[in-house]
Amino acid sequence: MTDVMTPATTPALGERPAHRSAAARTARRRSALHWIAVHSLGIAAALFFVLPFVFVLLTALMSDQQALTRDLWPRTWEWSNFSTVWDTPGFLTWWRNTLLYAGAGTLLTVVSSIPVAYALAKFRFRGRNVALMLVISTMMLPPQVIIVPMYLFWAKQLHLSGTLWPLIIPMAFGDAFTIFLLRQFLLTIPKEYVDAAKVDGCGELRTLVHVILPMAKPAIAAVALFQFFYCWNDYFGPQIYASENPGAWTLSYGLESFKGAHHTNWNLTMAATVLVMAPVIVVFFFAQKAFIEGVTLTGVKG
Amino acid sequence: MASVLGTAQADATVPAAPSPQYTLRRKRRRERVRNLAFLSPWLIGFSVFFVYPLVSTVYFSFMKYDGFKPPVWNGVDNWKYVFSDYPFFWPALWNTLWLVVVMVTLRVAFGLGIGLLITKIKSGAGFFRTAFYLPYLAPPVAATMAFAFLLNPGTGPANNILHKIGLPQPGWFNDPAWSKPALTVLALWGIGDLMVIFMASLLDVPKEQYEAAELDGTGPWQRFRYVTLPNISPILMFAVVTGVIQTMQYYTQPLVAGKVASGVIGGSGQQFEPGYPDKSTLTLPQLVYNLGFQRFDTGSACVIALVLFALAMVFTALLMRRRSGFLSAED
Repeated sequence: MTDVMTPATTPALGERPAHRSAAARTARRRSALHWIAVHSLGIAAALFFVLPFVFVLLTALMSDQQALTRDLWPRTWEWSNFSTVWDTPGFLTWWRNTLLYAGAGTLLTVVSSIPVAYALAKFRFRGRNVALMLVISTMMLPPQVIIVPMYLFWAKQLHLSGTLWPLIIPMAFGDAFTIFLLRQFLLTIPKEYVDAAKVDGCGELRTLVHVILPMAKPAIAAVALFQFFYCWNDYFGPQIYASENPGAWTLSYGLESFKGAHHTNWNLTMAATVLVMAPVIVVFFFAQKAFIEGVTLTGVKG
Repeated sequence: MASVLGTAQADATVPAAPSPQYTLRRKRRRERVRNLAFLSPWLIGFSVFFVYPLVSTVYFSFMKYDGFKPPVWNGVDNWKYVFSDYPFFWPALWNTLWLVVVMVTLRVAFGLGIGLLITKIKSGAGFFRTAFYLPYLAPPVAATMAFAFLLNPGTGPANNILHKIGLPQPGWFNDPAWSKPALTVLALWGIGDLMVIFMASLLDVPKEQYEAAELDGTGPWQRFRYVTLPNISPILMFAVVTGVIQTMQYYTQPLVAGKVASGVIGGSGQQFEPGYPDKSTLTLPQLVYNLGFQRFDTGSACVIALVLFALAMVFTALLMRRRSGFLSAED
């Protein structure tokens, strides 16, 4: 951070108040007012963020008839809406497909991206900066830019449309965002650790696996979470490759068709929405710290 | 490096004890093999899943191809069609501009506001942080579905509340004038990522600067203007540029919102009118899908893809120039 503001003048001392206790009282009152103002704003903002969840949940618990009204509060609590959604043909398949996509995708991405990130952070070679710039450029690229030839490749040459493989297989070849984030983190590990491992007779691979990876656990957890959420939330990929085969749909894609089949039943649609959101929120509560650290890594480093 | 290798080659013909140059050369070669081995996943991925399709996109943009009959050269016809006859192109570009100006600006301002607020909150900070952050994690399809319900003009709670407090009730996703503001509300709800980034950078501002400014007798606004802003300006810039790039990719939310609001969705058999209502939610990525996968006009879809590519590259270049820190190596 460069643009540091430096005070031009030496601080002028405020005049000492004659009645210290009175001044202290005003100061205390002012800080109490400040506390109230800040926390009222906080509550107002919290309402904006939380109320949508509340209304979705309340509607998910309404009866079919009541969901057609403007009521906000359920008259009867229809917990069975959730089991109705759960038992919808296909819902379990979508669930399984999403887990497979997100699980395999995350594992492959992390394993294939670690060595690349390590090389970009710790090795010195010609073209390293160019490689890094290319990584950043592909990271910023909308997936739609290359989708047409990619679809032709997977569908016409490899006959894999109607499956999720066209989404999973590329993840075995590194992901730009994951590589970039891991590299940012690996830069912060002092070179001395690598040198010490070499002195002890470790090869590059052993240094990476036994010395660097244990230190990089928080960053790896963060990128794994990001990738998991990316796959879980992905709509465009399944829409392109899986739409023709309902047996390969994911939750994000299936949710939309669920709405199509129950277009008058907001209660069931909202119950399905809750069931799609819930796993993400549960994962967040278990991995909150890794998550926040990861987001910070994207913006603050460098 | 070349000269070193040159002399080493001459020496290498001499057997006996390996000369220092010889070992150096072997070390260099080993290093190059090592570098390639570590980089290989990305080198393959980059060539197969980026360079090849990109070149192919350029090729198809000059071809007439429906995905079935062999492609036929048709010069710049696709380009002409997209820019002058395709009815969705200019509305989509206009929408993108609108979103860049209004949505990105509001998101950055709101994210900074929430970030500031969270640094000031003393009691229950954990609760507030979680509450502010959680919506960001909601899967886009689910979040859009939720807002399509919350904002639906018939039974939605939002208009219900607006009605009770006597405010006008817009048509949101069903009104061309309100669909983009509705998307903006949805985007502001998912502000969590920006909040965390701003929060971290605000906590990084040196405390002494605030103390010094306070002793100078400055008010809170002046402290914000002359201490906070200069300190966080790189992050502000980062947020704006990544916001613009994300807008280029804006796909799921406008598409799902349009589908749900129009009532045409899933397997109902009717054809969805892209950009409902009245093209107001069209974005460039949706055009790639519309042309390439609904109209089977591969060539024109590739033209849009290249426009998208050019726009994304311009802003990525801007990002890399402004944040040269991206490229700094530790060494």
